[in-house]
Amino acid sequence: MDNLDLARWQFAITTVYHFLFVPVTIGLSAVVAWYHSAWVRKRNPDDLRLAKFFGKLFTINFALGLVTGLVQEFQFGMNWSSYSRFVGDIFGAPLALEALLAFFLESTFLGLWIFGWGRLPEKLHAACMWIVHIGTLLSAYFILAANSFMQNPVGWRFNPDTGRAELTDFMAVLTNKVQLVTFPHIVTAAYMVGGATVMAVTLWHLRRRDVGADAPMYRRSARLGAVVTLVAAMGVGLTGDIQGKIMTDVQPMKMAAAEALYETSDGHAPFSLLTIGSLNGQEEKFAITVPSLLSFLATGHFDGTVQGINDLKKEYAQKYGEAGNPMTRDATYTPNIPLAYWSFRLMIGVGMSAALIALVVLWVTRGDRIPRARWWHWVLMATPLLPLFGNSFGWIFTEIGRQPWLVFGVYTTESGVSPSVSAGDVLTSMVVYTVLYGALAVIEVKLFLKYVRAGAQPFEEPPKPDHHDDEDAELAFAY
Amino acid sequence: MELSTVWFVIIAVLWTGYFVLEGFDFGVGMLLPVLGRGKDAELTEKRRRVMINTIGPVWDGNEVWVITAAGAMFAAFPHWYATMFSAFYLPLLLILVALIVRALGIDYRPKRDEPQWRRNCDLAITFGSTVPAFVWGLAFTSVVRGLPINADKDFTGSLLDLFHPVAILGGLVTVALFLTHGALFIALKTMGPISDDARRVAARTGVVAAVLALALLVLLGTSNGNAASWGTSVLAAAALVGSLVANSRDRNGWAFLGTFVTIALAVVTYFLMLFPNVMPSSTNPAWSLTTENASSTDYTLTIMTWVAVVFTPVVLLYQSWTYWIFRKRIGVQHLPAQSSH
Repeated sequence: MDNLDLARWQFAITTVYHFLFVPVTIGLSAVVAWYHSAWVRKRNPDDLRLAKFFGKLFTINFALGLVTGLVQEFQFGMNWSSYSRFVGDIFGAPLALEALLAFFLESTFLGLWIFGWGRLPEKLHAACMWIVHIGTLLSAYFILAANSFMQNPVGWRFNPDTGRAELTDFMAVLTNKVQLVTFPHIVTAAYMVGGATVMAVTLWHLRRRDVGADAPMYRRSARLGAVVTLVAAMGVGLTGDIQGKIMTDVQPMKMAAAEALYETSDGHAPFSLLTIGSLNGQEEKFAITVPSLLSFLATGHFDGTVQGINDLKKEYAQKYGEAGNPMTRDATYTPNIPLAYWSFRLMIGVGMSAALIALVVLWVTRGDRIPRARWWHWVLMATPLLPLFGNSFGWIFTEIGRQPWLVFGVYTTESGVSPSVSAGDVLTSMVVYTVLYGALAVIEVKLFLKYVRAGAQPFEEPPKPDHHDDEDAELAFAY
Repeated sequence: MELSTVWFVIIAVLWTGYFVLEGFDFGVGMLLPVLGRGKDAELTEKRRRVMINTIGPVWDGNEVWVITAAGAMFAAFPHWYATMFSAFYLPLLLILVALIVRALGIDYRPKRDEPQWRRNCDLAITFGSTVPAFVWGLAFTSVVRGLPINADKDFTGSLLDLFHPVAILGGLVTVALFLTHGALFIALKTMGPISDDARRVAARTGVVAAVLALALLVLLGTSNGNAASWGTSVLAAAALVGSLVANSRDRNGWAFLGTFVTIALAVVTYFLMLFPNVMPSSTNPAWSLTTENASSTDYTLTIMTWVAVVFTPVVLLYQSWTYWIFRKRIGVQHLPAQSSH
């Protein structure tokens, strides 16, 4: 492997890993803020218990999200310095704004929330977690604006004197049509993860033999989690559908790759649920298909035309190869088809199965029923992971489907790597990250499960904000 | 003033913010095995908890300054960001690993009530504080001295070029300064024996820092200095001496302010030595990265300037407010028997 392959693998590994923590952070911060302010408003002790319970799970997860995010930011300069030079004028701004407007909010107010017991007036204390949540949303907005530029470059021009891309319209970058639909797609997908986590964790406790008087609390929470999962799933589906049409418009090759559609279809293109056999377009294969669905997904009409890989390849070769410059030349102009094909299906299948579970949970927990079957244990263990992996597959699909481009139609991935960094350096860092991330995953999951098992702690009246006026008073919260 | 010069100043401000704030976090982490030691295991644990609680609510917000500094470099000086981050590939990897284990050490330490777990977390915190304290000093000293950079703005040297003796001295200076800064922070934020011990440690590390810093500033000043940088060097030295005097008179606030100003002026000195370069090339001065040839377009810089001018004060305001909320000194007597988590 050369350092291009290594740098790509490294980006894939560190990004997928980082994005395991991001949706949980977005989703759970809303959950904690919700329960904390419910306690402030309605004084139901269960709400405070749940706020603290999910607060613990949230902080365990947040720590890893933060530090793995640092790797992401440094990585552009370390492994992709040519890309950073080329696109920094445009791409750097959302990253800087993300840090200045979002990360400061998140980190500062999370510190206040964690240590604020007995120090902050309770309304302000609950507001701190809402501010953390707003920070997570702002962060998502800016980083997705940067990513959307890579999918659909807008508001820029190429400066032939410097050989760099230059920003001409910042508002256009922030309101990129890809961005406007990707942001709600990602946020609702994160809420699905949050909802599914709440649902699974509290239903697990509801099924405990010794749940006792806590049953109503856990039931209420499990049902809320299920509703959130369902509503968010609808949002994911709706935005995903719009996204498909925009994608067909701006990146037709990605849609063709999603179906492994080699020959252009003049209408009523079917969508295959699964395919057995090769996806190279040469051999006969067995597939289960839904008639006209691909046409609908791509164009909104059942008789819409969907361009195939072979036609697009010719078109791209002419447009970017012959007429283009060294930064746009590529031998294939085709992404990894099987990977795009399967990640697209897994995104939808794995992600949406959580919605199905949520529906069943609402049914089996109605009234005062508790699902008793043994297999529920295994279903609940898997439930938070389903939308989480749906998120991962979505990212794998959208990033793989963009290849060979780093910035679509403008700059190939191959052009972006650091010329001054050796393959040995990249390999070293990759081994280090992989070993470290692996070890951290074990530590994190064990800790997470320990606190999941412990459940919501008994209610304690929180100390008043003047608690520390007494010089000798014990700290209400201390590590 | 040129917009690119404005951004050079803003980048300097962001790195200054990072080092004056995270500097004491690193100091506290490095001192964990030194000051966090009592006559028995129980007192040792309590003292360590007191130390960690002094930075507990704020360290995370302090660390965001480096994310912002790096992001701002990417946005305002893409070439600077690209050249520096790819040149310092392995040192930055080391910093990232250190920051990762340190963050988890602090956050996860109270979450398991097991001595071995806490020992591992302490090790992570101390390692994770020492490594960046050293490597940042090394990296910035290397940048000021100049590195082999070609006409394409790419670093052409090897790892050995980054470990020049003067650069190593730079790393030692930041370690000594942050140790002193952290000790003075503990002296200011705690009460009882631990505060007194911190003062004594600061008195010693402060002298070491002063001697090393003097050597560094003279060495670097003769090769890269200018009138302005000599001026700030002298002021930085004066602030450090003032801090040590204040410390000997048990004026904790003034002593801490002293190292705060020292570190800030040290960063300013480095940036004054750089200007108008941002990364001098030792291969050919004509290939140096400058504020002009490394910067973004005026359009981008204009937008970024507005955002920075409006939002940086807001950030400063709420971060200062956080320090106000957690202003009380703490001692071992304030700790609940069990860690909250």
